[in-house]
Amino acid sequence: MSTQSDKVDFTTSAEATLTSRKDASLASLMWKHPSVFWGGLLLVIMVLVAVFGPFLTADPVAIHPIDRLKVPSADFWFGTDYLGRNVYSRVIYGARVSLVVGLAVAVVAVVLGLVTGLLSGYIRWLDAIIMRVMDGLMAIPGILLAIALISLSGATLFTVIIAIVIPEIPRVVRLVRSVVLTVREEPYVEAAIAAGTRTHLILIRHILPNTIAPLIVQATYICGSAMLTESILGFLGAGIPPEIPSWGNIMSEGRTYFQLSPWIIFFPGIALALTVLAVNTVGDGLRDTLDPRIARKM
Amino acid sequence: MVFYILKRILATIPVMGVVALFVFLMLRLSPGDPAAVIAGDYATTEDILRIRENLGLNDPIVVQFTKWIGQLVQGDLGISIFTNLPVTTLIAQRLEPTIMLTLTTIIFTIVVAIPLGTLAAWKQGSLIDRAVMLFSVAGFSVPVFVLGYILIYIVSIQLRWLPVQGYKSMFTDGVIPFFRHIILPTVTLSVIFIALIARMTRASVMEVLQEDYVRTARAKGQSEFKVLMKHAVRNAAVPIVTVIGLGIALLIGGVVVTESVYNIPGLGRLVLDAVLKRDYPIIQGLILLFSFVYIVINLLIDLSYTLFDPRIKY
Repeated sequence: MSTQSDKVDFTTSAEATLTSRKDASLASLMWKHPSVFWGGLLLVIMVLVAVFGPFLTADPVAIHPIDRLKVPSADFWFGTDYLGRNVYSRVIYGARVSLVVGLAVAVVAVVLGLVTGLLSGYIRWLDAIIMRVMDGLMAIPGILLAIALISLSGATLFTVIIAIVIPEIPRVVRLVRSVVLTVREEPYVEAAIAAGTRTHLILIRHILPNTIAPLIVQATYICGSAMLTESILGFLGAGIPPEIPSWGNIMSEGRTYFQLSPWIIFFPGIALALTVLAVNTVGDGLRDTLDPRIARKM
Repeated sequence: MVFYILKRILATIPVMGVVALFVFLMLRLSPGDPAAVIAGDYATTEDILRIRENLGLNDPIVVQFTKWIGQLVQGDLGISIFTNLPVTTLIAQRLEPTIMLTLTTIIFTIVVAIPLGTLAAWKQGSLIDRAVMLFSVAGFSVPVFVLGYILIYIVSIQLRWLPVQGYKSMFTDGVIPFFRHIILPTVTLSVIFIALIARMTRASVMEVLQEDYVRTARAKGQSEFKVLMKHAVRNAAVPIVTVIGLGIALLIGGVVVTESVYNIPGLGRLVLDAVLKRDYPIIQGLILLFSFVYIVINLLIDLSYTLFDPRIKY
């Protein structure tokens, strides 16, 4: 009997220390980096909104001609657009497109850039060729490149993601390459080479781990800029097709009625700006903690 | 020195070659028949044939490329599919508004961002510093067009201070109408650029302020203003100028959007109209032109380092 109660005591106290430790770290995060805390919180909320959107709101594509261009009110929080569609529902659904595009672009650009950067940094004869290609790619304005690619291949979620990824790759390649060039001179890499370790093992075991911290930071910035680019493409009429509400194409459709109903542009614009701000502040926080070397400079 | 400049100029050739190759392949490697894609859904067979002829798609790909490069080198960007005018003529017609908007933006940015960044570095941790940092994070988060519409709504629609949209030429319509129309687009386009440059200025001035010669200058009793201007900003110039050059890419993207928001008949509008009509020679020509400008500006900036920092010698 007594042993049993001891056990119970033990587990609860362990749980207590665990939770208190968690509290302490969250509290210290809030204290040390308040902007990161609020940015992270906002981001979590946005992700929840995107995931549970359908349960929160009405049909974003339902047309009610009788309720056209209504001002924001208790019935229509963000007003309605020129077809009487509920702007609030559309903004909630738009969060999905933005977050999916941001995340997908960040992941794909980082993976492609990582592989190319590793090869470029470690294999000398490839380096010159890859870097010239990257210089050329960097010289092409990203938005123009994306618009041209989409106009040639047709606008779908997939082509939009690819079109935003391509101009983002050179920055990742340059970052990875610069890490590789520094690390490959380290004694432990020389030791590995001397010991006869094969090139792909050196790359994976010794060089790859060094690129992870700066890449995570870079990925958050890419995520933010991809969401902006997606909205710009949508706004210019070259983005996600209008059947799927995205923050960009909601604003694009609101342009004609701007003088009459500015809220159609303002609400998705605010949602977008807040989300990108959240992603960027989290990125800044990650940079400060993961990569103090860069943090000191910026 | 002359040798170095020549070397740098030669080094831009492969980069331009890559851009040209990329633009060339983009059309040829896109899925399906590019002529049919460009002609659109309601095209007749003759339309498609005409476009194929116009783009030279009937030749073998290597012949196409050499022909195309040969024309490019002579400054021939091809002929627009819908207007049947040379792309260079169309570009020349739309050049002025874009150049003016870019110039006013760069000037406004430099006038605002460098003093702000310097002030933030000088009063590190102060309210001004925090405000500048907040601005530079926020500037990167607000899309250009949302900012444009907010400005139009407040300044033009509510306060009625400035015209809503449009462009007036400084040369044919007068200086005052020109400025009244260009103020809002300039401010809109500058925000992200100011965010970038102010942040970089702050970082590099902060680094220079740690240097021994700054301490020496202060120790010998030089005024803070002179310390900042003569020692700090001058020595921080190289990274700042470099970022301005890299920011040109950002600026070009922003020009397309800003011209669209403010209805300015410049190159950005030209490219957007071309995209909607799938007038590929125009899109191609403008991508090449913008990339060329980016490469040349960055080359000039590289070569200008000696002006800012005599320690750099070629």
